[in-house]
Amino acid sequence: MSSAFDVRTTLASLLLLLFVLGGWQLATDGTGSRGPAVAVSLSEEEREYLRMLGKDPDAATAKRDGFPSPITVARSAWEHLADPFFDRGPNDKGIGLQLLYSLARVATGFGLAVLVALPLGFLIGMSPLVRGALDPFVQVLKPISPLAWMPLALYTLKDSNVSGVFVIFVCSIWPMLINTAFGVASVRREWLAVAATLEVSRLRKAFCVILPAAAPTIVTGMRISIGIAWLVIVAAEMLVGGTGIGYFVWNEWNNLSLPNVIFAILVIGVVGMILDKMLGALQRLVTYVE
Amino acid sequence: MAPFLQVEKLSKAYQADRPVFADVSFSAQRGEFVCLIGHSGCGKTTILNVLAGLDSATTGHVFVDGREVRGPGLERGVVFQNHALLPWLTVRRNIAFAVKSRWPSWKAAQVDEQVRKYVELVGLGHAIDKKPFQLSGGMKQRVGIARAFAIEPKLLLLDEPFGALDALTRGTIQDELMAIVRRTGQTVFMITHDVDEAILLADRILLMTNGGDTPGGYRPGGLAEVVRNPLPRERSRAELHRLPGYYELRNHLVDFLVSRAKAA
Repeated sequence: MSSAFDVRTTLASLLLLLFVLGGWQLATDGTGSRGPAVAVSLSEEEREYLRMLGKDPDAATAKRDGFPSPITVARSAWEHLADPFFDRGPNDKGIGLQLLYSLARVATGFGLAVLVALPLGFLIGMSPLVRGALDPFVQVLKPISPLAWMPLALYTLKDSNVSGVFVIFVCSIWPMLINTAFGVASVRREWLAVAATLEVSRLRKAFCVILPAAAPTIVTGMRISIGIAWLVIVAAEMLVGGTGIGYFVWNEWNNLSLPNVIFAILVIGVVGMILDKMLGALQRLVTYVE
Repeated sequence: MAPFLQVEKLSKAYQADRPVFADVSFSAQRGEFVCLIGHSGCGKTTILNVLAGLDSATTGHVFVDGREVRGPGLERGVVFQNHALLPWLTVRRNIAFAVKSRWPSWKAAQVDEQVRKYVELVGLGHAIDKKPFQLSGGMKQRVGIARAFAIEPKLLLLDEPFGALDALTRGTIQDELMAIVRRTGQTVFMITHDVDEAILLADRILLMTNGGDTPGGYRPGGLAEVVRNPLPRERSRAELHRLPGYYELRNHLVDFLVSRAKAA
Protein backbone atom coordinates (compact mmCIF):
# COMPACT_ATOMS: atom_id res chain seq x y z
CA MET A 1 0.00 0.00 0.00
CA SER A 2 2.55 2.54 1.15
CA SER A 3 5.15 1.31 -1.33
CA ALA A 4 2.62 1.77 -4.17
CA PHE A 5 2.04 5.25 -2.84
CA ASP A 6 5.81 5.88 -2.78
CA VAL A 7 6.07 4.80 -6.41
CA ARG A 8 3.28 7.16 -7.34
CA THR A 9 4.83 10.16 -5.56
CA THR A 10 8.22 9.44 -7.12
CA LEU A 11 6.60 9.21 -10.51
CA ALA A 12 4.78 12.49 -9.96
CA SER A 13 8.03 14.16 -8.87
CA LEU A 14 9.83 12.90 -11.97
CA LEU A 15 7.01 14.09 -14.18
CA LEU A 16 7.10 17.51 -12.60
CA LEU A 17 10.88 17.66 -13.11
CA LEU A 18 10.50 16.63 -16.74
CA PHE A 19 7.80 19.25 -17.22
CA VAL A 20 9.94 22.03 -15.71
CA LEU A 21 13.03 20.99 -17.69
CA GLY A 22 10.99 20.74 -20.89
CA GLY A 23 9.48 24.17 -20.37
CA TRP A 24 12.90 25.58 -19.60
CA GLN A 25 14.39 23.97 -22.69
CA LEU A 26 11.57 25.28 -24.91
CA ALA A 27 11.89 28.77 -23.49
CA THR A 28 15.64 28.97 -23.95
CA ASP A 29 16.57 27.13 -27.14
CA GLY A 30 17.87 29.17 -30.10
CA THR A 31 14.73 28.81 -32.22
CA GLY A 32 12.66 30.75 -29.75
CA SER A 33 11.35 34.18 -30.69
CA ARG A 34 13.74 36.14 -28.49
CA GLY A 35 17.05 35.26 -30.18
CA PRO A 36 16.42 36.65 -33.68
CA ALA A 37 14.42 39.58 -32.32
CA VAL A 38 17.43 40.70 -30.29
CA ALA A 39 19.75 40.12 -33.21
CA VAL A 40 17.56 42.27 -35.42
CA SER A 41 17.58 45.03 -32.89
CA LEU A 42 21.33 45.53 -33.43
CA SER A 43 22.06 48.40 -35.75
CA GLU A 44 24.21 47.92 -38.85
CA GLU A 45 27.09 49.80 -37.22
CA GLU A 46 26.99 47.50 -34.19
CA ARG A 47 27.05 44.45 -36.40
CA GLU A 48 29.96 45.90 -38.33
CA TYR A 49 31.79 46.58 -35.07
CA LEU A 50 31.29 43.03 -33.94
CA ARG A 51 32.64 41.76 -37.26
CA MET A 52 35.68 43.95 -36.85
CA LEU A 53 36.25 42.33 -33.43
CA GLY A 54 36.24 38.99 -35.22
CA LYS A 55 32.88 37.87 -33.78
CA ASP A 56 29.85 36.55 -35.55
CA PRO A 57 27.12 39.06 -34.69
CA ASP A 58 24.28 36.48 -34.75
CA ALA A 59 26.11 34.02 -32.56
CA ALA A 60 27.30 36.76 -30.21
CA THR A 61 23.83 38.15 -29.60
CA ALA A 62 22.30 34.75 -29.23
CA LYS A 63 24.98 33.75 -26.74
CA ARG A 64 24.96 36.97 -24.74
CA ASP A 65 21.25 37.31 -24.45
CA GLY A 66 20.03 33.78 -24.09
CA PHE A 67 19.34 32.37 -20.67
CA PRO A 68 21.22 29.06 -20.64
CA SER A 69 19.22 26.01 -21.60
CA PRO A 70 19.17 22.93 -19.33
CA ILE A 71 21.47 21.20 -21.79
CA THR A 72 24.08 23.95 -21.43
CA VAL A 73 23.80 23.78 -17.63
CA ALA A 74 24.09 20.00 -17.70
CA ARG A 75 27.20 20.29 -19.90
CA SER A 76 28.86 22.71 -17.49
CA ALA A 77 27.77 20.57 -14.56
CA TRP A 78 29.39 17.57 -16.17
CA GLU A 79 32.63 19.50 -16.65
CA HIS A 80 32.67 20.49 -12.97
CA LEU A 81 31.72 17.08 -11.67
CA ALA A 82 34.30 15.34 -13.86
CA ASP A 83 37.06 17.29 -12.14
CA PRO A 84 35.78 18.80 -8.90
CA PHE A 85 39.07 19.34 -7.05
CA PHE A 86 41.34 21.22 -9.51
CA ASP A 87 43.11 24.32 -8.31
CA ARG A 88 44.34 26.75 -10.97
CA GLY A 89 44.90 29.81 -8.86
CA PRO A 90 42.66 31.98 -6.70
CA ASN A 91 39.91 32.56 -9.27
CA ASP A 92 39.78 29.11 -10.78
CA LYS A 93 39.12 26.28 -8.33
CA GLY A 94 36.97 23.19 -8.72
CA ILE A 95 33.49 23.19 -7.24
CA GLY A 96 34.36 20.35 -4.87
CA LEU A 97 37.25 22.34 -3.46
CA GLN A 98 35.03 25.42 -3.02
CA LEU A 99 32.41 23.30 -1.27
CA LEU A 100 35.03 21.94 1.10
CA TYR A 101 36.04 25.48 2.03
CA SER A 102 32.43 26.39 2.75
CA LEU A 103 31.73 23.19 4.65
CA ALA A 104 34.86 23.65 6.74
CA ARG A 105 33.74 27.16 7.71
CA VAL A 106 30.24 25.97 8.54
CA ALA A 107 31.56 23.02 10.53
CA THR A 108 33.94 25.20 12.56
CA GLY A 109 31.44 27.98 13.21
CA PHE A 110 28.62 25.56 13.96
CA GLY A 111 30.85 23.41 16.18
CA LEU A 112 31.95 26.43 18.21
CA ALA A 113 28.31 27.51 18.50
CA VAL A 114 27.39 24.05 19.86
CA LEU A 115 30.17 24.32 22.44
CA VAL A 116 28.82 27.66 23.64
CA ALA A 117 25.07 27.26 23.14
CA LEU A 118 24.60 23.90 24.86
CA PRO A 119 26.21 24.70 28.23
CA LEU A 120 24.80 28.23 28.22
CA GLY A 121 21.36 26.92 27.25
CA PHE A 122 21.56 24.43 30.12
CA LEU A 123 22.39 27.25 32.51
CA ILE A 124 19.53 29.41 31.24
CA GLY A 125 17.11 26.49 31.34
CA MET A 126 18.03 25.46 34.87
CA SER A 127 18.31 28.86 36.51
CA PRO A 128 15.53 31.45 36.28
CA LEU A 129 18.05 34.03 37.51
CA VAL A 130 20.43 33.44 34.60
CA ARG A 131 17.48 33.36 32.23
CA GLY A 132 16.20 36.71 33.47
CA ALA A 133 19.66 38.26 33.34
CA LEU A 134 20.51 37.07 29.82
CA ASP A 135 17.08 37.40 28.25
CA PRO A 136 17.35 41.09 27.21
CA PHE A 137 20.72 40.44 25.54
CA VAL A 138 19.40 37.43 23.67
CA GLN A 139 16.33 39.39 22.59
CA VAL A 140 18.45 42.20 21.16
CA LEU A 141 21.21 40.09 19.62
CA LYS A 142 19.00 37.42 18.08
CA PRO A 143 17.32 39.55 15.36
CA ILE A 144 20.61 41.04 14.12
CA SER A 145 21.47 39.78 10.66
CA PRO A 146 24.71 37.85 11.07
CA LEU A 147 26.16 39.72 8.10
CA ALA A 148 25.84 42.98 10.02
CA TRP A 149 28.66 41.70 12.23
CA MET A 150 30.94 41.33 9.22
CA PRO A 151 32.62 44.78 9.29
CA LEU A 152 33.27 44.47 13.02
CA ALA A 153 34.55 40.95 12.56
CA LEU A 154 36.86 41.97 9.73
CA TYR A 155 38.17 44.89 11.75
CA THR A 156 38.81 42.98 14.97
CA LEU A 157 39.75 39.56 13.60
CA LYS A 158 41.69 40.95 10.60
CA ASP A 159 41.11 37.79 8.60
CA SER A 160 38.36 37.15 6.11
CA ASN A 161 38.32 33.41 6.73
CA VAL A 162 38.05 33.76 10.51
CA SER A 163 35.38 36.45 9.99
CA GLY A 164 33.36 34.01 7.88
CA VAL A 165 33.58 31.41 10.66
CA PHE A 166 32.56 34.05 13.19
CA VAL A 167 29.49 34.98 11.19
CA ILE A 168 28.45 31.33 11.03
CA PHE A 169 29.03 31.06 14.76
CA VAL A 170 26.83 34.08 15.44
CA CYS A 171 24.00 32.90 13.23
CA SER A 172 24.00 29.29 14.50
CA ILE A 173 24.08 30.08 18.17
CA TRP A 174 20.58 31.51 18.71
CA PRO A 175 18.28 28.67 17.67
CA MET A 176 20.43 26.20 19.60
CA LEU A 177 20.62 28.41 22.66
CA ILE A 178 16.90 29.08 22.75
CA ASN A 179 15.91 25.47 22.06
CA THR A 180 18.36 24.09 24.61
CA ALA A 181 17.09 26.49 27.27
CA PHE A 182 13.49 25.63 26.42
CA GLY A 183 14.16 21.89 26.34
CA VAL A 184 16.00 21.95 29.65
CA ALA A 185 13.37 24.13 31.32
CA SER A 186 10.51 21.90 30.19
CA VAL A 187 11.90 18.55 31.37
CA ARG A 188 9.02 16.75 33.09
CA ARG A 189 8.94 17.54 36.82
CA GLU A 190 8.42 13.90 37.70
CA TRP A 191 11.67 12.84 36.01
CA LEU A 192 13.50 15.44 38.06
CA ALA A 193 11.63 14.18 41.12
CA VAL A 194 12.87 10.66 40.35
CA ALA A 195 16.44 11.96 40.17
CA ALA A 196 15.92 13.86 43.43
CA THR A 197 14.56 10.89 45.36
CA LEU A 198 17.49 8.80 44.12
CA GLU A 199 19.91 11.48 45.35
CA VAL A 200 21.50 11.66 41.91
CA SER A 201 24.44 14.08 41.72
CA ARG A 202 24.01 17.30 39.76
CA LEU A 203 26.36 16.21 37.00
CA ARG A 204 24.75 12.79 36.64
CA LYS A 205 21.31 14.40 36.63
CA ALA A 206 22.41 16.78 33.86
CA PHE A 207 23.81 14.00 31.67
CA CYS A 208 21.51 11.08 32.47
CA VAL A 209 18.15 12.80 32.91
CA ILE A 210 18.05 16.36 31.57
CA LEU A 211 20.20 15.87 28.46
CA PRO A 212 18.33 12.84 27.09
CA ALA A 213 15.00 14.40 28.03
CA ALA A 214 15.82 17.65 26.25
CA ALA A 215 17.78 16.07 23.38
CA PRO A 216 14.96 16.09 20.79
CA THR A 217 14.36 19.81 21.38
CA ILE A 218 18.09 20.54 21.34
CA VAL A 219 18.63 18.67 18.07
CA THR A 220 15.68 20.52 16.53
CA GLY A 221 17.53 23.73 17.39
CA MET A 222 20.71 22.34 15.83
CA ARG A 223 18.79 21.45 12.69
CA ILE A 224 17.42 24.99 12.39
CA SER A 225 20.92 26.35 13.05
CA ILE A 226 22.65 24.30 10.37
CA GLY A 227 20.00 25.40 7.88
CA ILE A 228 20.58 29.05 8.70
CA ALA A 229 24.35 28.57 8.67
CA TRP A 230 24.18 27.13 5.16
CA LEU A 231 22.06 30.07 4.03
CA VAL A 232 24.43 32.58 5.56
CA ILE A 233 27.73 31.06 4.38
CA VAL A 234 26.85 31.78 0.74
CA ALA A 235 26.15 35.44 1.46
CA ALA A 236 29.20 35.74 3.72
CA GLU A 237 31.51 34.29 1.10
CA MET A 238 30.08 36.57 -1.57
CA LEU A 239 30.99 39.43 0.73
CA VAL A 240 34.50 38.43 1.82
CA GLY A 241 35.49 36.59 -1.34
CA GLY A 242 38.50 34.38 -1.79
CA THR A 243 37.16 30.87 -1.47
CA GLY A 244 33.96 28.97 -0.94
CA ILE A 245 30.79 28.19 -2.81
CA GLY A 246 29.40 31.70 -2.26
CA TYR A 247 32.49 33.19 -3.79
CA PHE A 248 32.23 30.72 -6.65
CA VAL A 249 28.71 31.96 -7.45
CA TRP A 250 29.83 35.59 -7.37
CA ASN A 251 32.91 34.86 -9.45
CA GLU A 252 30.86 33.08 -12.11
CA TRP A 253 28.43 36.01 -12.12
CA ASN A 254 31.38 38.30 -12.79
CA ASN A 255 32.38 35.94 -15.59
CA LEU A 256 28.80 36.15 -16.84
CA SER A 257 28.75 32.39 -16.83
CA LEU A 258 25.12 31.72 -15.98
CA PRO A 259 25.35 27.94 -16.55
CA ASN A 260 27.97 27.80 -13.79
CA VAL A 261 25.83 29.99 -11.53
CA ILE A 262 22.81 27.75 -12.05
CA PHE A 263 24.89 24.66 -11.44
CA ALA A 264 26.28 26.17 -8.23
CA ILE A 265 22.75 27.03 -7.06
CA LEU A 266 21.74 23.40 -7.52
CA VAL A 267 24.82 22.22 -5.64
CA ILE A 268 24.04 24.58 -2.75
CA GLY A 269 20.53 23.15 -2.60
CA VAL A 270 21.68 19.54 -2.62
CA VAL A 271 24.37 20.07 0.02
CA GLY A 272 21.88 21.96 2.21
CA MET A 273 19.50 19.05 1.91
CA ILE A 274 22.21 16.57 2.89
CA LEU A 275 23.14 18.64 5.96
CA ASP A 276 19.48 18.73 6.99
CA LYS A 277 19.11 14.98 6.48
CA MET A 278 22.15 14.36 8.68
CA LEU A 279 20.65 16.33 11.54
CA GLY A 280 17.32 14.66 10.81
CA ALA A 281 18.97 11.27 11.33
CA LEU A 282 20.47 12.48 14.60
CA GLN A 283 17.02 13.68 15.62
CA ARG A 284 15.48 10.28 15.00
CA LEU A 285 18.26 8.77 17.09
CA VAL A 286 17.50 10.87 20.19
CA THR A 287 13.72 11.03 19.90
CA TYR A 288 11.84 8.93 22.42
CA VAL A 289 8.21 7.92 22.64
CA GLU A 290 6.45 8.73 25.88
CA MET B 1 10.46 3.23 71.40
CA ALA B 2 9.64 6.04 69.00
CA PRO B 3 7.57 5.01 65.97
CA PHE B 4 9.42 4.40 62.71
CA LEU B 5 7.57 7.15 60.88
CA GLN B 6 6.43 10.13 62.87
CA VAL B 7 4.60 13.13 61.40
CA GLU B 8 4.07 16.06 63.75
CA LYS B 9 1.64 18.95 63.26
CA LEU B 10 2.16 19.27 59.53
CA SER B 11 0.49 22.17 57.72
CA LYS B 12 0.73 23.63 54.26
CA ALA B 13 -0.48 27.11 53.36
CA TYR B 14 -0.23 28.80 49.98
CA GLN B 15 -2.25 31.69 51.45
CA ALA B 16 -1.30 32.34 55.05
CA ASP B 17 -4.87 32.57 56.37
CA ARG B 18 -6.21 29.60 54.39
CA PRO B 19 -3.96 26.57 54.90
CA VAL B 20 -4.85 23.59 52.71
CA PHE B 21 -4.41 21.32 55.71
CA ALA B 22 -3.24 21.88 59.25
CA ASP B 23 -2.30 19.98 62.38
CA VAL B 24 -1.74 16.66 60.61
CA SER B 25 -0.03 14.22 62.96
CA PHE B 26 0.26 10.48 62.63
CA SER B 27 2.80 7.74 62.97
CA ALA B 28 3.55 4.30 61.60
CA GLN B 29 5.43 1.33 63.04
CA ARG B 30 8.09 -0.54 61.13
CA GLY B 31 6.44 -3.01 58.75
CA GLU B 32 3.10 -1.27 58.87
CA PHE B 33 1.02 -0.47 55.79
CA VAL B 34 -0.72 2.89 56.14
CA CYS B 35 -3.19 4.29 53.65
CA LEU B 36 -4.25 7.92 53.44
CA ILE B 37 -7.68 8.36 51.90
CA GLY B 38 -9.48 11.54 50.92
CA HIS B 39 -10.99 13.53 48.08
CA SER B 40 -8.85 15.29 45.51
CA GLY B 41 -7.61 18.67 46.60
CA CYS B 42 -7.37 17.80 50.29
CA GLY B 43 -3.57 17.81 50.15
CA LYS B 44 -2.86 14.06 50.12
CA THR B 45 -0.18 14.33 47.49
CA THR B 46 1.39 17.31 49.25
CA ILE B 47 1.72 15.23 52.43
CA LEU B 48 3.34 12.41 50.47
CA ASN B 49 5.70 14.86 48.79
CA VAL B 50 6.67 16.28 52.17
CA LEU B 51 7.38 12.75 53.36
CA ALA B 52 9.42 12.16 50.20
CA GLY B 53 11.28 15.43 50.75
CA LEU B 54 10.16 16.79 47.37
CA ASP B 55 8.02 19.50 48.96
CA SER B 56 8.30 21.35 52.26
CA ALA B 57 5.55 21.88 54.78
CA THR B 58 4.74 25.34 56.10
CA THR B 59 4.96 24.07 59.67
CA GLY B 60 5.57 20.71 61.29
CA HIS B 61 8.15 17.95 61.19
CA VAL B 62 8.58 14.50 59.70
CA PHE B 63 10.87 11.90 61.25
CA VAL B 64 11.82 8.63 59.58
CA ASP B 65 13.71 6.11 61.71
CA GLY B 66 14.57 8.83 64.22
CA ARG B 67 15.94 11.34 61.70
CA GLU B 68 14.17 14.41 60.48
CA VAL B 69 13.35 14.54 56.77
CA ARG B 70 15.00 17.58 55.22
CA GLY B 71 15.01 16.61 51.54
CA PRO B 72 14.67 13.64 49.22
CA GLY B 73 16.66 10.58 50.12
CA LEU B 74 17.41 7.03 49.08
CA GLU B 75 16.03 5.53 52.30
CA ARG B 76 12.57 6.53 51.02
CA GLY B 77 11.44 4.99 47.73
CA VAL B 78 8.67 6.69 45.79
CA VAL B 79 6.21 5.18 43.31
CA PHE B 80 4.79 8.05 41.32
CA GLN B 81 1.24 8.50 40.15
CA ASN B 82 2.19 8.22 36.48
CA HIS B 83 5.03 5.71 36.92
CA ALA B 84 7.61 8.42 35.94
CA LEU B 85 9.82 6.00 34.02
CA LEU B 86 12.49 7.57 31.85
CA PRO B 87 11.06 6.87 28.38
CA TRP B 88 14.41 6.69 26.58
CA LEU B 89 15.66 3.84 28.79
CA THR B 90 14.66 0.19 28.74
CA VAL B 91 13.07 -1.39 31.80
CA ARG B 92 16.46 -2.83 32.72
CA ARG B 93 18.23 0.49 32.50
CA ASN B 94 15.46 2.40 34.25
CA ILE B 95 15.86 0.18 37.29
CA ALA B 96 19.64 0.03 36.92
CA PHE B 97 19.65 3.82 37.10
CA ALA B 98 18.07 3.61 40.54
CA VAL B 99 20.25 0.71 41.69
CA LYS B 100 23.44 2.49 40.61
CA SER B 101 22.29 5.58 42.47
CA ARG B 102 21.77 3.53 45.64
CA TRP B 103 25.03 1.60 45.45
CA PRO B 104 27.47 3.61 43.28
CA SER B 105 30.35 1.25 43.99
CA TRP B 106 28.58 -1.85 42.69
CA LYS B 107 29.93 -3.58 39.63
CA ALA B 108 27.82 -3.95 36.49
CA ALA B 109 27.11 -7.64 37.13
CA GLN B 110 25.98 -6.94 40.67
CA VAL B 111 23.69 -4.12 39.48
CA ASP B 112 22.24 -6.35 36.80
CA GLU B 113 21.58 -9.13 39.27
CA GLN B 114 19.64 -6.76 41.54
CA VAL B 115 17.71 -5.38 38.56
CA ARG B 116 16.81 -8.85 37.37
CA LYS B 117 15.68 -9.91 40.83
CA TYR B 118 13.18 -7.09 41.17
CA VAL B 119 11.97 -7.28 37.57
CA GLU B 120 11.23 -10.96 38.18
CA LEU B 121 9.51 -10.01 41.43
CA VAL B 122 6.89 -8.00 39.53
CA GLY B 123 6.68 -10.68 36.83
CA LEU B 124 8.20 -8.71 33.97
CA GLY B 125 11.25 -10.85 33.20
CA HIS B 126 10.12 -11.22 29.60
CA ALA B 127 9.90 -7.44 29.09
CA ILE B 128 13.17 -6.44 30.70
CA ASP B 129 14.67 -5.05 27.50
CA LYS B 130 11.58 -3.22 26.33
CA LYS B 131 11.11 0.51 26.49
CA PRO B 132 8.23 1.99 28.49
CA PHE B 133 6.17 2.89 25.42
CA GLN B 134 6.08 -0.79 24.46
CA LEU B 135 4.44 -1.67 27.78
CA SER B 136 0.84 -1.43 28.91
CA GLY B 137 -0.13 0.98 31.69
CA GLY B 138 -0.16 -1.84 34.25
CA MET B 139 3.27 -3.09 33.22
CA LYS B 140 4.70 0.41 33.43
CA GLN B 141 3.38 0.83 36.94
CA ARG B 142 4.87 -2.57 37.86
CA VAL B 143 8.24 -1.29 36.64
CA GLY B 144 7.74 1.81 38.79
CA ILE B 145 7.11 -0.44 41.79
CA ALA B 146 10.12 -2.61 40.96
CA ARG B 147 12.28 0.50 40.73
CA ALA B 148 11.15 1.69 44.16
CA PHE B 149 11.68 -1.75 45.73
CA ALA B 150 15.05 -2.29 44.04
CA ILE B 151 16.76 0.36 46.14
CA GLU B 152 15.53 -1.47 49.26
CA PRO B 153 14.16 1.64 50.96
CA LYS B 154 13.23 1.78 54.63
CA LEU B 155 9.98 3.46 53.74
CA LEU B 156 7.99 3.06 50.54
CA LEU B 157 5.76 5.94 49.44
CA LEU B 158 3.04 5.31 46.88
CA ASP B 159 1.06 8.15 45.35
CA GLU B 160 -2.20 6.72 43.95
CA PRO B 161 -0.14 4.22 41.98
CA PHE B 162 -3.13 2.44 40.46
CA GLY B 163 -5.32 5.45 39.76
CA ALA B 164 -4.76 5.37 36.02
CA LEU B 165 -5.27 1.61 35.60
CA ASP B 166 -8.35 -0.35 34.63
CA ALA B 167 -10.09 -2.30 37.40
CA LEU B 168 -8.83 -5.75 36.36
CA THR B 169 -5.19 -4.73 36.11
CA ARG B 170 -5.49 -2.75 39.31
CA GLY B 171 -6.71 -5.83 41.17
CA THR B 172 -3.85 -7.98 39.91
CA ILE B 173 -1.19 -5.47 40.82
CA GLN B 174 -2.75 -4.85 44.23
CA ASP B 175 -2.42 -8.57 44.93
CA GLU B 176 1.18 -8.54 43.74
CA LEU B 177 2.01 -5.48 45.82
CA MET B 178 0.50 -7.05 48.91
CA ALA B 179 2.43 -10.28 48.37
CA ILE B 180 5.72 -8.40 48.01
CA VAL B 181 5.06 -6.19 51.02
CA ARG B 182 4.13 -9.16 53.20
CA ARG B 183 7.23 -11.02 52.10
CA THR B 184 9.66 -8.14 52.59
CA GLY B 185 8.09 -6.61 55.68
CA GLN B 186 8.24 -3.26 53.96
CA THR B 187 6.87 -0.17 55.70
CA VAL B 188 4.49 1.52 53.28
CA PHE B 189 2.67 4.83 53.15
CA MET B 190 0.16 4.95 50.35
CA ILE B 191 -2.31 7.49 49.04
CA THR B 192 -5.55 6.37 47.46
CA HIS B 193 -9.09 7.44 46.89
CA ASP B 194 -10.26 3.87 46.44
CA VAL B 195 -11.96 2.49 49.55
CA ASP B 196 -11.54 -1.17 48.60
CA GLU B 197 -7.88 -0.69 47.83
CA ALA B 198 -7.37 0.77 51.30
CA ILE B 199 -9.28 -2.06 52.98
CA LEU B 200 -7.32 -4.71 51.09
CA LEU B 201 -3.87 -3.30 51.64
CA ALA B 202 -3.77 -1.14 54.75
CA ASP B 203 -3.22 -2.03 58.38
CA ARG B 204 -4.39 1.43 59.27
CA ILE B 205 -6.40 3.92 57.24
CA LEU B 206 -6.08 7.66 57.73
CA LEU B 207 -9.14 9.64 56.73
CA MET B 208 -8.57 13.16 55.54
CA THR B 209 -11.03 16.03 55.13
CA ASN B 210 -10.89 18.83 52.59
CA GLY B 211 -10.46 22.40 53.72
CA GLY B 212 -13.33 24.77 53.01
CA ASP B 213 -15.62 27.51 54.20
CA THR B 214 -18.07 26.56 56.91
CA PRO B 215 -20.67 28.73 58.61
CA GLY B 216 -18.15 29.23 61.38
CA GLY B 217 -15.44 30.48 58.98
CA TYR B 218 -12.65 28.76 57.02
CA ARG B 219 -11.67 25.34 58.25
CA PRO B 220 -8.44 23.78 56.94
CA GLY B 221 -8.32 20.18 55.86
CA GLY B 222 -6.78 17.60 58.16
CA LEU B 223 -6.93 14.12 59.60
CA ALA B 224 -10.44 13.36 60.78
CA GLU B 225 -9.96 9.82 61.97
CA VAL B 226 -7.57 6.91 62.02
CA VAL B 227 -9.23 3.57 61.36
CA ARG B 228 -7.51 0.33 62.32
CA ASN B 229 -8.26 -2.44 59.83
CA PRO B 230 -9.85 -5.27 61.87
CA LEU B 231 -9.61 -7.84 59.06
CA PRO B 232 -7.01 -10.60 59.35
CA ARG B 233 -3.66 -9.61 57.86
CA GLU B 234 -3.61 -12.62 55.55
CA ARG B 235 -6.45 -11.67 53.23
CA SER B 236 -7.00 -11.70 49.52
CA ARG B 237 -9.06 -9.67 47.13
CA ALA B 238 -11.19 -12.66 46.17
CA GLU B 239 -12.52 -13.45 49.67
CA LEU B 240 -12.27 -9.95 51.08
CA HIS B 241 -15.99 -9.24 50.89
CA ARG B 242 -16.81 -12.45 52.78
CA LEU B 243 -14.71 -11.59 55.80
CA PRO B 244 -16.67 -10.61 58.92
CA GLY B 245 -16.35 -6.91 59.57
CA TYR B 246 -15.68 -6.05 55.94
CA TYR B 247 -19.01 -4.34 55.28
CA GLU B 248 -18.96 -2.39 58.54
CA LEU B 249 -15.52 -1.07 57.66
CA ARG B 250 -16.45 -0.31 54.09
CA ASN B 251 -19.67 1.45 55.05
CA HIS B 252 -17.81 3.49 57.59
CA LEU B 253 -15.25 4.64 55.01
CA VAL B 254 -17.81 5.34 52.30
CA ASP B 255 -19.98 7.28 54.76
CA PHE B 256 -16.98 9.32 55.67
CA LEU B 257 -16.12 10.13 52.06
CA VAL B 258 -19.71 10.92 51.13
CA SER B 259 -20.86 12.96 54.10
CA ARG B 260 -17.95 14.09 56.23
CA ALA B 261 -14.87 14.52 54.04
CA LYS B 262 -15.99 17.73 52.38
CA ALA B 263 -16.29 20.84 54.52
CA ALA B 264 -19.09 22.55 52.68
